[in-house]
Amino acid sequence: MFLRHETIEKNVILMLVLTLITVSIGGLVQIVPLFTIESTIEKVAGVRPYSPLELMGRNIYLREGCYVCHSQQIRPFKDEVERYGHYSIAAESMFDKPFQWGSKRTGPDLARVGGRYSNDWHVAHLASPRSVVPESIMPAYPFLANNKIEYGDIEQHLKTLKIVGVPYTDEQVANAKADFEAQANPDADTTAFEKRYPKAVIGKATPGAGITEMDALVAYLQMMGTLVRFGDLPPERLRQ
Amino acid sequence: MSNTAVAMAAQPSEHRPAPRYVEDVIRTGAVLTMFWGVVAFLVGVVIAAQLVWPQLSFDSPYLTFGRLRPLHTSAAIFAFGGTALIATAFHVVQRTCRARLFGGEPLAWFVLLGYQLFILIAATGYLLGITEGKEYAEPEWYADLWLTVVWVAYTVAYVGTVFKREEPHIYVANWFYMAFLITIAMLHIVNNLSLPVSWTGTKSYDLWSGVQDAMIQWWYGHNAVGFFLTAAFLGMMYYYIPKAANRPVYSYRLSIVHFWALVFLYIWAGPHHLHYTSLPDWAQTLGMVFSVMLWMPSWGGMINGLMTLSGAWDKLRTDPGLRFSVTAVGFYGMSTFEGPVMSVKAVNSLSHYTDWTIGHVHSGALGWVAFIVFGTLYYLVPKMWNRPSMWSTRLMGWHYWIATLGIVLYITAMWVSGIMQGLMWRAYDELGFLQYSFVETVAAMKPFYMIRLLGGVFFLIGGLIMAYNMWRTIRSKPAAVASIRPAMAA
Repeated sequence: MFLRHETIEKNVILMLVLTLITVSIGGLVQIVPLFTIESTIEKVAGVRPYSPLELMGRNIYLREGCYVCHSQQIRPFKDEVERYGHYSIAAESMFDKPFQWGSKRTGPDLARVGGRYSNDWHVAHLASPRSVVPESIMPAYPFLANNKIEYGDIEQHLKTLKIVGVPYTDEQVANAKADFEAQANPDADTTAFEKRYPKAVIGKATPGAGITEMDALVAYLQMMGTLVRFGDLPPERLRQ
Repeated sequence: MSNTAVAMAAQPSEHRPAPRYVEDVIRTGAVLTMFWGVVAFLVGVVIAAQLVWPQLSFDSPYLTFGRLRPLHTSAAIFAFGGTALIATAFHVVQRTCRARLFGGEPLAWFVLLGYQLFILIAATGYLLGITEGKEYAEPEWYADLWLTVVWVAYTVAYVGTVFKREEPHIYVANWFYMAFLITIAMLHIVNNLSLPVSWTGTKSYDLWSGVQDAMIQWWYGHNAVGFFLTAAFLGMMYYYIPKAANRPVYSYRLSIVHFWALVFLYIWAGPHHLHYTSLPDWAQTLGMVFSVMLWMPSWGGMINGLMTLSGAWDKLRTDPGLRFSVTAVGFYGMSTFEGPVMSVKAVNSLSHYTDWTIGHVHSGALGWVAFIVFGTLYYLVPKMWNRPSMWSTRLMGWHYWIATLGIVLYITAMWVSGIMQGLMWRAYDELGFLQYSFVETVAAMKPFYMIRLLGGVFFLIGGLIMAYNMWRTIRSKPAAVASIRPAMAA
């Protein structure tokens, strides 16, 4: 041995420095290239930042800890692709802060749940899961439809995300509050909104005035996995 | 190579006067560890029951599985495990360095109570829905900042004590505790980098996103296992098993080799949580290969722990505390074999997303972490309170068997349900259609969720027995010889 261990174990600074070097290597090798290798995130069209309503819906998804039972990551296996749809690609979660791939499927994967069920189904299911799926073991969330969602600081949310790297335009930030309200109002003029957030699902899940937490969560669920059109993609574009 | 360091833990030199050790903090930490243990087991039982009877969330926002599960994992890992580590780290470092804790009582109290405050902030936040949404890293930015302050103080107290040690060699237990302290600091800071929406609000957004966030999260998550739940508890093993068995550590050379191999290899294993995901293949393969290699240093630690019992195996019959510690090392060996198996991509394609993972985690958390803490507390409590022994050895025996039975029920139920669910998801009927809808696989889990619940109840009962025994021990009369030989309190 070029260095007697006795030297290390009699010198606390040397021991700490060597330990720190030893534990740093693996992380550096695995993490740094993910930021520098350009093909890590596939170049596909369609992925955009979340609309203000979807974003707040996603925050409800986080708040309720949905990720502890639902994954958002379809693996490239025959059965998973048949059950859930095209396997997930890195580009689809490139604006997810944090990522919500999950680690457990106590309930089914949700990566492509968007457009699979009606708004009414989601509202009924979230408020009382066993009324629509008798064997379900999901908790009931009746309070979501009663809670008016707070969105006074929505512009600040977009600004913060912009600082940490989500490419919201100045126009999107400036219109955050108007876009939030427009998406939940089927009668509004949504032309400008739809240009800013293509494929956003417009509508209100719950009846009555005022936007509820349920409205936001359903808006998020209804767009999940719908942004990339896989039919048009040549397979080599999916290579990492 | 010198054997001084190895012999030191077992043979305290008695001719020198012992320093005035900081002990009140350790006593309080031991009681808090027991308290958090019972809380963690209880919340675990509640959420296990919710998976059988989902109505038990009572339509309340505060009692859903999604909010209680982080409460359970944090109570088990950070509150129960973390408090045990603070108490034992302060005990071990003072004894093995023969030095009073750096910073004395004030710094030690700041670390212990500051850490309790972190737990309370995090736990109440979960119930209110305040979370960063990253597994095992749920506390929001302000709790993270506070933990960083406490962690720096913890490290300063620990390393400062090693600095002023009277023993020339740093004893092996300290290598592991120090690796734990600096690695957790690194992981915690990098994984939790986020920007608050407002300095007066709770919500923040992650600096990382998507695939990079996934990699960083599991680099953090797996090494919370590797350094919080493994390295630090190996430090515990390296002090308390030799002490309780009154034997030196089996192999000094093995402890060197497995220490450096463990700290080098563990950090690479994170991507095995992301097999077949959108993480690039090269990273997945690295994660798998290093996870398999990790088996060796893990078993190095197991062999060193078990073989320390050479010539003292008979003590297992008379000392249930030591029996807990040795069984813990056995479970450590089992789950560190199971882990590499599950990290092989072909196996992982079946096991991932199922209860198999939950069973694996619990064979580590209950069998290794909780059992080594139980064994340690059964040794530490009589020493710290100057009692001849625990109040009831018989209750220790009861605790041992009921807890062991609980673990066996738990992990076997999860093996069966996990493998079954994995197979049901990929089953095709003779016409080439998927054989089961998702909800059919959920319904099939019910009997196993009931068995798991029963296992959890057993483990909780064991914890309550221990808490009672501990309370009676603390209330009993001090040992008669205590005042004559204070140095023996080591």
